[in-house]
Amino acid sequence: MEGRLANSWRLTVNDKNFIKTALLSEIRIDGRKPFEFRKISIKFGREDGSSEVQLGQTRVMGMVTAQLVQPYRDRPKEGILSIFTEFSPMADPSFEPGRPGELAVELGRIVDRGLRESRAVDTESLCILAGKFVWAIRIDLHILDNGGNLVDAANIAALAALLTFRRPECSLGGEDGQEVIVHPPEIREPLPLTVHHLPIAISFGFFSNESILVIDPTHNEEAVMGGRMTTTVNANGDICAIQKSGGEGVPRRVIMQCLQLATSKAASITKQIKDAVEVFNTERALRKIKRHPTSTGDDVREKQN
Amino acid sequence: MEYVSPEGLRLDGRRPMEMRQLRAEIGTVAKANGSAVFEMGNTKVIAAVYGPREVQNRSQQINDQALVRCEYSMANFSTGDRMRKPKGDRRSTEISLVIRQTMEACILTHLMPRSQIDIFVQVLQADGGTRSACINAATLALADAGIPMRDIVTSCSAGYLNSTPLLDLNYIEDSAGGPDVTVGILPKLDKVTLLQMDAKLPVDIFENVMGLAIEGCKAIANYIREVLLENTKQLEYRRGL
Repeated sequence: MEGRLANSWRLTVNDKNFIKTALLSEIRIDGRKPFEFRKISIKFGREDGSSEVQLGQTRVMGMVTAQLVQPYRDRPKEGILSIFTEFSPMADPSFEPGRPGELAVELGRIVDRGLRESRAVDTESLCILAGKFVWAIRIDLHILDNGGNLVDAANIAALAALLTFRRPECSLGGEDGQEVIVHPPEIREPLPLTVHHLPIAISFGFFSNESILVIDPTHNEEAVMGGRMTTTVNANGDICAIQKSGGEGVPRRVIMQCLQLATSKAASITKQIKDAVEVFNTERALRKIKRHPTSTGDDVREKQN
Repeated sequence: MEYVSPEGLRLDGRRPMEMRQLRAEIGTVAKANGSAVFEMGNTKVIAAVYGPREVQNRSQQINDQALVRCEYSMANFSTGDRMRKPKGDRRSTEISLVIRQTMEACILTHLMPRSQIDIFVQVLQADGGTRSACINAATLALADAGIPMRDIVTSCSAGYLNSTPLLDLNYIEDSAGGPDVTVGILPKLDKVTLLQMDAKLPVDIFENVMGLAIEGCKAIANYIREVLLENTKQLEYRRGL
């Protein structure tokens, strides 16, 4: 219940009407076109598995950690992937401290469904000893600033964090071969996760009059719009998840149109994430190299040519 | 595992495009303003609606529309493995939210400002498609309570297993890990209000599966209309008109 209306209360009736009327002539208050995404910037922390995504004014931090646990009894050979969301009251006055509210739960579930049900992360490779030890990957998503469309930003943050995360390598040892030895990162290079594809969440906002459709709604547009739909698609054109929980009804044709738009956007976002991860990985590799003041990398490259 | 036999029959003997048997009963909770039981095969759901009534928590009152609240719960005995689930886990919080927003979209909330409508749904028997059954039961209960609505909302699920689109999945088919599309429509306006889907599916197949689910919704809408009409006739009869 909490926070449902806080957003719409803050806007005056005039403000709302202004947004609506502007949209009728395909103008959005931040100057974007209806099907234009806001600028995404992806930053990484110094440690593996942490990311910070900025989508317009929305800021989300993702953090991935891993722990060795006993697997679920019905899935003894699979690792565990879980997502936790943290809506800090700092990000938006309508977020209340304490237990996660409905919004936080919904966001977590959408990201979770996109990643898990589509088997984006290979959980079987997280198994160390069947029935005894598997890696439990925990993704923490912290909302730092709410500028609208938290789901998409959180999803990108989760993906970016997953792609840069590395778990320590371990091997079986001991007398009976049942003992797990976790190798510290200094001794053996930690391993990245196996991520098969990147499910990208893309949200649409529907407005009550004349089926106006916008992509990536801002905070103010969210207060006005009658319904939202989040589609999670990957760059291969597969649909991984869809969430449209009530709200304004839309014809079937519009849904298919949204899916097409989402697929094309997903390709460019996937590229952005991959590029950012690549830059991080190169930096990470360079950090490892201990340079002597006399040797330079340039000589080697010239010789190869 | 084989979910569709070579003869084209499913595990419970249905054809791929066949729905489970529907049964609905109106007026099952005497105290409530409106109530209904809805069954889809072995899935059984009870819904009760209280309101429109005065807002209990004044701070939540809305001055130009009614406040809709919804609580979804699963009875402890509804599933095979009987375990005590914590109240308000993530799944039920999400389903409560989904049902609330779906019903909110069809209730004419602006006609009942400063009031509150409570919808309670409980799953008595779970055999797949509980979310759909809950929405159907809630629609019936709202109609029974005489709450003004734009249209009735009906919901149905469809899946895709063994490269066949299947209508109205039961528990075994649902837990097979294949795609599961739950659709909720406003049948008269022919608009989709609820759409949830998981697992991977190419766009063209998704369109077929969604189309199948929409057809299922329409069939349920016809059934619900019949039930409501029958119920109204009986009320009329009891009044002696």
